[in-house]
Amino acid sequence: MAQAAAKHGENHAHGHDHGHHDPQEMKILGFWFFLISDVILFSVLFATFIVLRDNSAGGPILSELIKMPGVIAETFILLTSSFTSGLAVLAMNQGKVKQLINWLIVTAVLGASFIALEVYEFVEMVHEGFSYTTSAASGAFFTLVGTHGLHVSLGLIWMIGLMFQLKKRGITDVTRGKINVISLYWHFLDVVWIFLLSIVYLMGVM
Amino acid sequence: MLERLKEFASEFFVTGDPLIYGADVAIGITMITIVTVLTYFKKWGWLWRNWLTTVDHKKIGIMYIIASIIMLFRGGVDALMMRLQLAMPNMDFLHPEHYNQVFTTHGTIMILFMAMPFMFGLFNVIVPLQIGARDVAFPFLNALSFWLFFLGAMLFNLSFVIGGSPDAGWLSYPPLSELSHSPGVGQNFYIWGIQISGIGSLATGINFLVTIIKMRAPGMRWMKMPMFTWSVFSTCIIILFAFPILTVTLALLFLDRFAGAHFFTLDLGGNPMMYINLIWMWGHPEVYIVVLPAFGVFSEIVSTFSRKKLFGYKSMVFAMLIISFLSFFTWAHHFFTMGSGADVNAFFAVTTMLIAIPTGVKIFNWLFTMYRGRIRMATPMMWTLAFIPCFIVGGMTGVLLSVAPADFQFHNSYFLIAHFHQVLIGGVVFGYFAGLYYWWPKMFGFQLEEKLGKWAFWTWNIGFYVCFMPQYAVGLMGMTRRLSTYGWDTGWWELNFVSTIGAFLMGVGFLFQVAQIADGIRKYKTLKASGDPWDGRTLEWSIPSPAPEYNFAVTPRGDDIDEWWEEKERRAKGIYPPEQPLEPIHMPKNSSIPFIMSVFWFVAGFGFVFGWLWMAILGLAGVGICMIARSFSYDTDYYIPVDEIKRTEASLRGSV
Ligand code: HEM
Ligand SMILES: [Cu+2]
Repeated sequence: MAQAAAKHGENHAHGHDHGHHDPQEMKILGFWFFLISDVILFSVLFATFIVLRDNSAGGPILSELIKMPGVIAETFILLTSSFTSGLAVLAMNQGKVKQLINWLIVTAVLGASFIALEVYEFVEMVHEGFSYTTSAASGAFFTLVGTHGLHVSLGLIWMIGLMFQLKKRGITDVTRGKINVISLYWHFLDVVWIFLLSIVYLMGVM
Repeated sequence: MLERLKEFASEFFVTGDPLIYGADVAIGITMITIVTVLTYFKKWGWLWRNWLTTVDHKKIGIMYIIASIIMLFRGGVDALMMRLQLAMPNMDFLHPEHYNQVFTTHGTIMILFMAMPFMFGLFNVIVPLQIGARDVAFPFLNALSFWLFFLGAMLFNLSFVIGGSPDAGWLSYPPLSELSHSPGVGQNFYIWGIQISGIGSLATGINFLVTIIKMRAPGMRWMKMPMFTWSVFSTCIIILFAFPILTVTLALLFLDRFAGAHFFTLDLGGNPMMYINLIWMWGHPEVYIVVLPAFGVFSEIVSTFSRKKLFGYKSMVFAMLIISFLSFFTWAHHFFTMGSGADVNAFFAVTTMLIAIPTGVKIFNWLFTMYRGRIRMATPMMWTLAFIPCFIVGGMTGVLLSVAPADFQFHNSYFLIAHFHQVLIGGVVFGYFAGLYYWWPKMFGFQLEEKLGKWAFWTWNIGFYVCFMPQYAVGLMGMTRRLSTYGWDTGWWELNFVSTIGAFLMGVGFLFQVAQIADGIRKYKTLKASGDPWDGRTLEWSIPSPAPEYNFAVTPRGDDIDEWWEEKERRAKGIYPPEQPLEPIHMPKNSSIPFIMSVFWFVAGFGFVFGWLWMAILGLAGVGICMIARSFSYDTDYYIPVDEIKRTEASLRGSV
């Protein structure tokens, strides 16, 4: 912090300070705090899932419904999309708008396929009698995994919105900040998925 | 058709209770008056431009405080109704169901819609000024937080006249709060009212964390930060970690009720105890969220009115940070009696008692600050002094309660009620009153006359002890909480009667405060306050009262803990800071999106409350459109030219 203060003093000496505190840097910090709150949110959902996962009340049991090939495909797709979102940021840093938008499109398509696969999986489970209201365990499962899915879907809408802004305005300080934030968000969703994979799916089938 | 309409109306509106008809009429008259007055004086445009769309942190702070005082009134009326019901045995003023609703709304409103916004109001008005900043980190988000809080609170309050109030207690334990036990819409109002305002609270927490980390004046290192700002910082850390827990807990409860899930139900594998754990993981830190800023206020006041540096600055900072950490490890003391086992109980009993240590440190620091100080007895200082004994007693009864075996005895008795009111009123309410009196001139530019304020002070304080001391006794005699009536044979009536008198005395104290403020507004022209009416120590006193919209014409420095005090000393010695040139100031533009988006949240919440999916979807769609509109708007700021700053400064400084 002393460093930041020193930097600030420097600005001041140069007479460039209009009460600006590098808005982009503040946005990123704010976003990190938001991510912390999201971590807590997911932790609570994980905790409820762990407490309730065996309370299937005589209904179908989650571990017998999990189809690993689908889950592995989802994992692969999401990890790849995280990688392509990284490529998008790289393109941005080189100032290549076109490439940036293209990588974002690839990322969004991968994200959408992830969601599609997940929905398909959910529908299958419901067909086998494991629906939201069946038991505490089913509700906890769908809520936890569904919340992650909802995050991904909102991220998709957001990303599409940003593509339009990039088209219109190109790479500016503001759009750059927005892309940095969404890529952070996207990586975060990836990390959450890794936890889902291990706690819900892998530990579920083992 | 008419029949069906009638049937709908009788379910939609709460009917059959004269008290509620009275409220209907009162609300109707108030609404009509407001609309008429605004139209008559052609003030709609003014209201919209200056308040509803503002992103100025000082105005947002004022709106928070006004809303909070209105909620204090509402919660206070609830309290007086309960005390009336309990004044004599076998009273028939509130029926049991109605009594349940009243204590539920009282508790919820007091903590979430009175204490929280009062606190956020003080954050908003003071923190940027204390750290020498022009604004908060995210002004738009700040406005959004306020409107989310406000419309969430309105949604909750609506339950009184539309649909019916929640009645499962302020923490809504299942199974009472489940569909099986509360089939009406009251619980839904509780969930959505709190959920919407809770999102706002979380955003405020994040906003102030970034503000404090990134926007301090040059030279203001961490250990030079004013104490109130430190208290806000530690509070925001707790908010960041605690509020998401509340969000999820309420969401799960709603999924149980609305989507047929089984998180906390008694059937199909649900686990009500999990709710109780979760809600207290938020609930106990919440108590420290509301009390820490009050500690910050006291620190500022004690040092200003003793004209001394705060004693033990560093230990004060560490005490706050330790409290915010420990507050997360005490939650189970709220259910010692629910069979978690001796080891678990012992752990939580110890952590709870540990919190007394940093708290004690703070109290000693305040006392040492006063020791040999030149103390002035203005109202902010009086409230601070009244707080100290009150909090010591409250803290000691709290330690008694934290002894797990003893809690088996006191659990859910009036002893507990007396304890937590002592801490909440003595700590939180007294603290925020002190803060309001202290910063009033800075907020409004005029000073309140102290005479009525002293009347208010004494009636509140005497009323407080008359009200709550008897409750300790009656609790030990076996009276349990949430009891709507009792018989003559219990031997409790005298104490209850006295307690009710005390409650009404506090009501009178509140009226004195209202009178004091009304009187001040009437005479505000003659009561003009200077920039530094209390001979203050921190940066907010270095600028005119009220602060201009850009706060500081030139960015100040913050090299000392009591920077403004040191500055005054230097000036007395003839050392003046170098003249700095003015520069155009960068400001955020007003925006109507926060208000409109919150209205859509309200619509969505209302839809969910009544299970009208179309309406909920409509509301959420509106929310989404507002977000997109914001994301696509790039024209969000402007510059105040130097000339205008010069003119503003001249007129503000000229008059002091
Ligand atoms: C101003 C004077 C006040 C009076 C006379 C008063 C009185 C009461 C009464 C009679 C009850 C119900 C006790 C029962 O039957 O269980 C109650 C409960 C409660 N009060 Fe107050 N109160 C006051 C202020 C406050 C304040 C300032 C707060 C918080 C900041 C607060 C928070 C609560 C809570 C959380 C409950 C528990 C509600 C529940 O059981 O669900 N009260 N109060
Ligand atoms: Cu507690």
